[in-house]
Amino acid sequence: MVRGYAGKFLEVDLSSGRIKDVTFSDDILRNFIGGRGLAAKILWDRLGNRWEEIDPLGPENIFLALTGPLTGIYPGSRVCISGKSPQSNGIIGSTLSGEFGNELKCAGYDGVIVTGKAEKPVYLFITDDNAEIRSAEHVWGKEAPETIRILTKEGLELLKKARPGAEKVKEPAIIYCGPAGESRVRTAAVMQKISHAAGYGGYGAVMGSKNLKAIVVKGRKPLPSVASPETVKILLREVERQLLERDRLRRWGTGYGGYEVGARQSSEPVRNWQEEWHDEKRFGGPKFDFRYWVKRYWSDFNCLVACMKIAVVKTGPYKGAITDDPDYEMQAYLGPNLGIFDPDKCIYLSALIDYLGFSGINGGNTLAFAAELYQRGILTKEDLGFELNWGDVEAFERLARMIVKREGIGNILAEGTYRAALKISEMKGVDVTKYAVHVKGVEVGAHGTRSGLDFNPIAYACSPQCGDHTSGVYDAYNDMRIIFFDSAVVCSMCGSPLIWDFYKAVTGWELTDADWCRVLGRRIAHIQRAVLLLGGPDIFWKPEIHDDNPPRFYEPLPSGPYKGKTTDRKTFEDMRKQYYEAIGWDERGIPKSSVLKELGLEDVDKALDKVRKQ
Amino acid sequence: MSRRRETILWIARDYLKCTGCRRCEIACSLFHEGWIWPEASRIRVFMLVPGIEIPHFCSQCHDYPCVSACPAGALSVDDRTGAVIVNREKCTGCGVCIRECPGNIPFLHPGDGKAVICDLCGGDPQCVRVCQEAKFNALWAVREEKDGWGSYNRKLFAQTPEEITKDVAINLYGEKGEEWV
Repeated sequence: MVRGYAGKFLEVDLSSGRIKDVTFSDDILRNFIGGRGLAAKILWDRLGNRWEEIDPLGPENIFLALTGPLTGIYPGSRVCISGKSPQSNGIIGSTLSGEFGNELKCAGYDGVIVTGKAEKPVYLFITDDNAEIRSAEHVWGKEAPETIRILTKEGLELLKKARPGAEKVKEPAIIYCGPAGESRVRTAAVMQKISHAAGYGGYGAVMGSKNLKAIVVKGRKPLPSVASPETVKILLREVERQLLERDRLRRWGTGYGGYEVGARQSSEPVRNWQEEWHDEKRFGGPKFDFRYWVKRYWSDFNCLVACMKIAVVKTGPYKGAITDDPDYEMQAYLGPNLGIFDPDKCIYLSALIDYLGFSGINGGNTLAFAAELYQRGILTKEDLGFELNWGDVEAFERLARMIVKREGIGNILAEGTYRAALKISEMKGVDVTKYAVHVKGVEVGAHGTRSGLDFNPIAYACSPQCGDHTSGVYDAYNDMRIIFFDSAVVCSMCGSPLIWDFYKAVTGWELTDADWCRVLGRRIAHIQRAVLLLGGPDIFWKPEIHDDNPPRFYEPLPSGPYKGKTTDRKTFEDMRKQYYEAIGWDERGIPKSSVLKELGLEDVDKALDKVRKQ
Repeated sequence: MSRRRETILWIARDYLKCTGCRRCEIACSLFHEGWIWPEASRIRVFMLVPGIEIPHFCSQCHDYPCVSACPAGALSVDDRTGAVIVNREKCTGCGVCIRECPGNIPFLHPGDGKAVICDLCGGDPQCVRVCQEAKFNALWAVREEKDGWGSYNRKLFAQTPEEITKDVAINLYGEKGEEWV
């Protein structure tokens, strides 16, 4: 028996309504672990031979919600969402925290594989070794709070039926898409609770395209048994001891970043990255902390870091807005990047974006892109129906709602920043792609490269997850570790070098850091790279063009202590060349046959022939 | 002649500070079940509203209505700690204790169907240990007079998760909290 795993996956075909259990061999689990790694394997095996034809928003795409062997056991429970990405046309492993992962394992499943498309809106209800497809017509169109309220109530009633009497049953965990996902907005997130998002990848839109509103799960079994329980208990205490030392992360979360990243590092997006510096002290950490945070330590299952905090606006026109910190990325993307330096407005917009199931990073990027086009007179009041000035939170709310409903210009912006840039360039006869701050269709995280104090020049350009700030690359070795966290499916904020010992104690399988970074992790990165190069059906990436930073990252910083600095193209090109060599790609950025064969990816090698011939 | 006042061990709780990490559930089930089993934990964190996490466990009412109501005579009060002890041999899983508890706090074990009630880990509650270690301070252990001032208040903590959620949601979220519950 495989340890650390529940032992089976739930597969649901929404077209036929068929539900079955599937399993993977020990060999596959050992090599691909779970989460991001296993997603790459499943998607490659099932869709690899016609990858370019697969429409990410068509019924042939596969929606995955996968745990890993460490989920629930190692601190920081998460679940990994994947499929063919409607943003990158590749595979992104997008994780979000919450109890969904551990509940799923306690219900006896390691993951959910959803194929096909339901005729009408549905949700999945999963209990111990059992699942049913239920109508979601009554929650379709609903924002987060209403969705959670209805599905929690319904879930509790269903669970209660099985356990009559006075006993109180605990609520199920829920992942869902918001109205943005329902409208197949390519920057729609998969959500949990009110504010937890798997934003990168656009998998909310994949849920929406399948008419899948939510997955609701309650497990009553213990977490799966492990190989060496006593060792796990000792390691758990030791990892916890290490995590307790991260006092700043615990105290402030990333909610003190909105000021610091701009003021100190000059790497925070300001007005669609036209600047990366600001010194707006009213947007500082203590302001959020003492005016808004009603819960200073907020966590999910098995996490003592508690880097999340709950913010509530208690007075004024935005009274009643409730969200997490906002964390740094939300502070930046729904703050300075929209010309907003008022925490009230940032929290309000953060809550709104979350409630719509719109990714705060990706969608926030698109909102700012539109505002820059307005600033430049390319998009006009006639195009939008209203003025879109920096800092105007009401205008940004209006635009966000238009995107989510795909109304007017919103229908174009719903395609994400890059695709919208292509369309608007055509529409207006001016090239606006230079204002699109994305890498391969994925809007970049809120960390710039120009000041030289934050992300390195190839972090996004060569990453299999493109603009995803959680998965930046560096030397083709150390950057493989994040793939392990996404595959074992635990929070990378709870990282510890003890994770390999932990993995062994849980699964009984030996795995060294070097083996992972040289072979297993690299194999997963190669599958992700291959599908990114295969791409399609609407956009195909060419490494010589698209393994690059957004044009804006080569403009000199216009303000702040690093004024004049920019990403040095020569340094970037040297690093990219070194990266290609180190990871095993040819000078054009295509994985070498010899390397793919070494990694046992012969079929991937064969599929890349057509890319090599281009 | 003055008699030494009897004391009990009690877990004081601050719902406003519960982070929802559920490590109390993990510690409890590791201690009692030998492995992580949130549904079998004697302390259960309810999250009926996102961000409103309520650790729900025995509050040791001064009159112990569950103990007197048990038709099987399976419940008793520990002399040293004041915890309710379930005799699992005698328990029939009838659920009367759940009904008689003002907060419906006991529940039936997902494995054997017998009543589950916090036993204070025999005097060193593991949930308190992990909550304190993390410096969350949502739970802490106190020695209190069994029948002294405050002993009636303990029973007020025997509320249903719904009742507690409502108050905490309003405290943290204000008017929005009312909409949530």
